[in-house]
Amino acid sequence: MAMLTAKLSCSPAATASLGRRSGPARRAAAVRASAGSYADELVSTAKTVASPGRGILAIDESNATCGKRLASIGLDNTEVNRQAYRQLLLTTAGLGEYISGAIMFEETLYQSTTDGKTFVDCLKDQNIMPGIKVDKGLVPLPGSNNESWCQGLDGLASRCAEYYKQGARFAKWRTVVSIPCGPTALAVKEAAWGLARYAAIAQDNGLVPIVEPEILLDGDHGIERTLEVAEKVWSEVFFYLAENNVLFEGILLKPSMVTPGAEHKEKATAEAIAHNTLTMLRRRVPPAVPGIMFLSGGQSELEATMNLNAMNQSANPWHVSFSYARALQNSVLKTWQGRPENIEAAQKALLVRAKANSLAQLGSYTGEGESDEAKKGMFQKGYTY
Amino acid sequence: MSAFVGKYADELIKTAKYIATPGKGILAADESTGTIGKRLASINVENVESNRQALRELLFTAPGALEYISGVILFEETLYQSAADGTPFVDILKAGGVVPGIKVDKGTVDIAGTDGETTTQGLDSLGSRCAKYYEAGARFAKWRAVLKIGPGGLPSELSVKQNAEGLARYALICQENGLVPIVEPEILTDGSHDINACAAATERVLAAVYKSLNDHKVLLEGTLLKPNMVTPGSDSPKVAAQVIGEYTVAALRRTVPPAVPGVVFLSGGQSEEEATANLDAMNKLSVLKPWTLTFSFGRALQQSTLKKWAGKKENVADAQATFLARCKGNSEATLGKYAGAAAGGDAAASESLHVSGYKY
Repeated sequence: MAMLTAKLSCSPAATASLGRRSGPARRAAAVRASAGSYADELVSTAKTVASPGRGILAIDESNATCGKRLASIGLDNTEVNRQAYRQLLLTTAGLGEYISGAIMFEETLYQSTTDGKTFVDCLKDQNIMPGIKVDKGLVPLPGSNNESWCQGLDGLASRCAEYYKQGARFAKWRTVVSIPCGPTALAVKEAAWGLARYAAIAQDNGLVPIVEPEILLDGDHGIERTLEVAEKVWSEVFFYLAENNVLFEGILLKPSMVTPGAEHKEKATAEAIAHNTLTMLRRRVPPAVPGIMFLSGGQSELEATMNLNAMNQSANPWHVSFSYARALQNSVLKTWQGRPENIEAAQKALLVRAKANSLAQLGSYTGEGESDEAKKGMFQKGYTY
Repeated sequence: MSAFVGKYADELIKTAKYIATPGKGILAADESTGTIGKRLASINVENVESNRQALRELLFTAPGALEYISGVILFEETLYQSAADGTPFVDILKAGGVVPGIKVDKGTVDIAGTDGETTTQGLDSLGSRCAKYYEAGARFAKWRAVLKIGPGGLPSELSVKQNAEGLARYALICQENGLVPIVEPEILTDGSHDINACAAATERVLAAVYKSLNDHKVLLEGTLLKPNMVTPGSDSPKVAAQVIGEYTVAALRRTVPPAVPGVVFLSGGQSEEEATANLDAMNKLSVLKPWTLTFSFGRALQQSTLKKWAGKKENVADAQATFLARCKGNSEATLGKYAGAAAGGDAAASESLHVSGYKY
């Protein structure tokens, strides 16, 4: 195993802007092979995304999925409309106060505003890290119990290198685990191994990998069962990440919260969700990992914010934050309705949700003034992304 | 079920947390009869039960020392011994706020076909032995797995897997029977490798250990970890305590989940002074360490004390004062407040305690 020595900053996680090294004397420490020449930058990027009071805006819906969003407000699924919608989001003034990273789909990474400013530059100007979805979607896993696996390793290295050139600094790969289907040991192993291979390749090409094994909300199981499955999944993930020599200081996690299944007879309180989720994290996530950015997975905007807030009522060994798509965009879409005259109001709606989640990250969310729209659940049985 | 929560779960969590109290640490006094014989031989004392009892009484009754000790690991014989006045050692320890612990492994044997790598014996009847020790007052246990760095990529995957699985089985059986398992995967310092090689091996071994503990559903909140510090090999040039501190903490941050309440380091042949300085350096670092970093020292707590005692009754008070000083120094080190060796300190305190190919 080749061990490269590189200097890593030893200071505690603090807001660190691109290129600035915080803290006192830098220490020399063994660097995992895959991080190689990008080690310092990976650590810095991860720290920036994991900065206090900030989280990720996930806008990496595939064209097909984005089409569903647009259809829900009566718009056609054209590149122009997709560009208009993403422009609305990414040109929101003040977004960078609450958002540290934006995950994009490939098409969007190469797009610009109607004035010709690249989306990447729009983000950089607000100290928001540009991110990119790099997986190629879920397909049936042969030999499993109707479960899926995530494709995308072929050609991943050169894709990542190209995205890095375009300005992306972090990547995301989403695989899923289904509790109603088992999950089988095969499905869990494949999910974890695929994530580990992707993570090593991403780091090798300068991108901080967000590691996302989503345990789907579908099912009627109780919260204890979710905790059991989540502990199993994350144990496998971390073991394979270590085997693939991934640099833990240069990754981010995107877990699902530990909740009962969507069809379980009882709903859990935010406190119960927080307790179970934090128990799982404390048992599985080494402190070298700088940030844990939760997915919302069908929770309402309000639930997603309240649950995050409950998790931040006392200090955690890692930054505990959000990486929300639907839970940040739902009200925005409804407000916009595809009309230019609604853009300002829609951007305001985005800031309202972004600020609420920012406060939740700091543990200071109070829930005053939330709209009915925000309370609407967004769970769809058998949801495909 | 996620982690195993048996009838002792609450007690295990409480005990593990207590042992990991900042400012306190563990005295490893579990030398087997054979090993303690070597210690006694070094001061020309005969290896008979009364002498073994006398040494341990010296340690356990040292005035003021127990304040800095949260647990003592005992060998089976000692668990059932008493002081000269008839007070059971277990009672003396408990009265001093010290949790009695017990070594439960049965030593290492070679794994055939490997280059001198070993596995640890002791799983057979472990459950009933643990239950018996619990009745005798023990509340934590210890099992030492041994690995080594060497040419050809040692430790081998076989050795890592085998030792990790052994530790996991042992840990679960302990928890079933009320004992907090100290999980000890010692990577020997023997060799000419540099600190990076030790870091890589330590991270690889600890990742495998926690994988096995998780697979076996061990309740991490009711365990303690006893790892080696990350250092250059014994035949390599030494490095500063701060470097050892940084590499060790980096390795732990990459592998040890926050649910584990404490990391209790072995001293593994370091001198008393080195071990304390390294522990202090770790605790001075500002980076976040969500587990207590403390000591579980055998030789590094007893060496000078042993020399001072030399087996003579008239030396007991002096020896106990020496022991107290080492306990206090290590206590300070767990808080990052160690002031350094006392002026005019013992030469013995700086004496390397490394023995090549050390068999416990």
